[in-house]
Amino acid sequence: MVELCAMSIEVNTVMKLRTVGRHIREGGKNIYRNGWMTVASIGAVTTTLLLVGIFVALMLNLNQMANNVEDDVEIRVLVDLTAQEDDIQKIEAKIRDITEISSLDFSSKEEELESLMETMGEDGKQWELFEQDNPLNDVFVVKTADPIDTFDVADEIATFDNVDEVTYGQQVVEKLLKFTKYARYIGIGLIVGLVFTAIFLISNTIKLTITARSKEIGIMKLVGATNSFIRWPFFIEGMLLGILGSLIPIGVTLGAYYYVYNNLREKINFSFVEIIPFDPLAWQLALILLAIGAFIGVWGSVMSVRKFLKV
Amino acid sequence: MIEMKDVSKTYPNGVSALNEVNLSIEQGEFVYVVGPSGAGKSTLVGMMYREEKATGGSISINGVYLNKMKERKIPHLRRDIGVVYQDFKLLPRLTVYENIAFALEVIEETPKNIRRRVMEVLDLVNLKHKARHIPDELSGGEQQRVSIARAIVNHPKTVIADEPTGNLDPETSWEIMRIFEEINARGTTVIMATHSKDIVNTMKKRVIAVENGRIVRDEHRGEYGYEA
Repeated sequence: MVELCAMSIEVNTVMKLRTVGRHIREGGKNIYRNGWMTVASIGAVTTTLLLVGIFVALMLNLNQMANNVEDDVEIRVLVDLTAQEDDIQKIEAKIRDITEISSLDFSSKEEELESLMETMGEDGKQWELFEQDNPLNDVFVVKTADPIDTFDVADEIATFDNVDEVTYGQQVVEKLLKFTKYARYIGIGLIVGLVFTAIFLISNTIKLTITARSKEIGIMKLVGATNSFIRWPFFIEGMLLGILGSLIPIGVTLGAYYYVYNNLREKINFSFVEIIPFDPLAWQLALILLAIGAFIGVWGSVMSVRKFLKV
Repeated sequence: MIEMKDVSKTYPNGVSALNEVNLSIEQGEFVYVVGPSGAGKSTLVGMMYREEKATGGSISINGVYLNKMKERKIPHLRRDIGVVYQDFKLLPRLTVYENIAFALEVIEETPKNIRRRVMEVLDLVNLKHKARHIPDELSGGEQQRVSIARAIVNHPKTVIADEPTGNLDPETSWEIMRIFEEINARGTTVIMATHSKDIVNTMKKRVIAVENGRIVRDEHRGEYGYEA
C-alpha cells in the first residue's frame, strides 16, 4: 500500500501511462482523420527514401570497397643485401618507433623466394636454382593505421640506414585513396542533401494539415492543455508517417539489391571490388531507412506545430 | 475571489483598451459586464484567464497573481477557470463526449472518473442523448450547452462567459441562462460579458458597466442601462 502511494506520487510528476496511451491513440487517429494529407506526407517520405535507399546501398558498397583497398595498402621495405642481423634489428626498432604504423611483419629472403615461387606456379620451379644464392632482399611489411599516412611513413623509412628501397605502388595508391576519399564525401553530401530536402517537403506537407488544425490547437490551449500535451500526438503522428513512408522504399531497395546481388555479382566482380552480401546489408539498410523516415517525420511534424503553440 | 488593481491594457499599436480599472468580485457572485461594443468588455474578462495580458496593474484570482505568472503555468490557471465563448470553441472533429472529456484528459484524470464526470455534466445540460454526435450535428444552443459542460466539468471556482448568448435566439438564450444560474447556485462565481438587455434586466444580478476602458457603473441588482 505504501509502495502504491509512493508510486502514484512519482507518476504525477512524469506522465501517466494512460496519458501516453492517449497520445499514441490520438496520433494514430490523426493519420486517418487527415486523409489525403496523410497520403501526401507519406508520398513525400516514400519518394525521398527511395532515392536515399539507393544512395545508401551504393555508399555502403563504396565504403566497403574503399576499406578493402585501404586495407591492402602496405609499404614494403627492402633491406640492403649487405645488411647484417643487427642492422636489420635496428631498422625494425626504428620502424616500430613510428607512431602512425599499425602493423609490422618481417619476411626473410627465403620466405620471399618461397612466396614468389608459389605465385609463379609451374614456372616457379626454375627459381629453385636461386635457393643456394638468393638474390632477393629481406622485407619489412608495414601498414599504417590511416592509409593517408602511407606516403609520409614511406618517405621516412626510406631515409633509414641499410634500407635499399621502399615501395607501396605509389601512383596507384595515391589515386585510389584520393578517389575513395572524394567518393565518400560526395556520397555523404548527397545523402545529407536528400534528407534535408525530405524534411523540408514533409514539414511543409504536415504544416498544411496543421494549419488546418491551428484553430483546434488554440482551443486545446484555452481548455488548459500544456504544449507538450498537444505536441505528443503530433510527435507520434509524424513518426508513424515516417515509418509508413519508409516501408515501400525498404521493400523496393531490398528487392532490387537482392536481384542485383544475385545476378550481377559474377559479372562485376573484380579482384578488389566485392559487393556486400544481401544478408547483413539488408537489415542495415532497412534499419537506416526506417530511422531516417521516423526522424524526418517527427522533425517535420514537431517543427511545424511549434508556431501554433503560442496562444 | 478576483481582484483587479489599477489594471490597464494598451495594445502594441497604441490603442488603450482598459485604463486603471479597479474591481473586486467575491466567491459565488454572479456578475454581468455590460457596455457598448469596443468598450473593453472582452478585454476585461479575457484578462481573468490570461488570454489577454495586462500591461499595468495587478490581477489576482484566488490569491494567484496573473501578471507574474510564468508562461508554462497558464494551462494550469485555465484548468481552474471554466470559460464559455460566444463561438463555442468546440473541437470540430471530436464528439460531444470527447470534447468534454478533453478538459479532464489534460489533467490526467482516471478514465473511470472521466466517464462519471462527463455523464454528470451532460445530464446537467440535458444533452446525454447527443453524447456521440459531433458539434456540427448540433444546434447553436446545444453547442453552447456542450461548451458550458466542458467549462464546468473540472469543478472550477469561477466560470467566465464572453457573450455566451451572442449567437443564440432569445428562447435558447434563456435555456443557457438557466444553466448558468444553476451553476451559480452551486457556489461557482459566474462572470458574464453580455449585450442582452432582456437578460440583464430580467435576471437581476450585479452589473458592471464599461465605457472607454473604464468602469462607469457598478451596482447590485442593476439594470442594463443602454438601449438594446
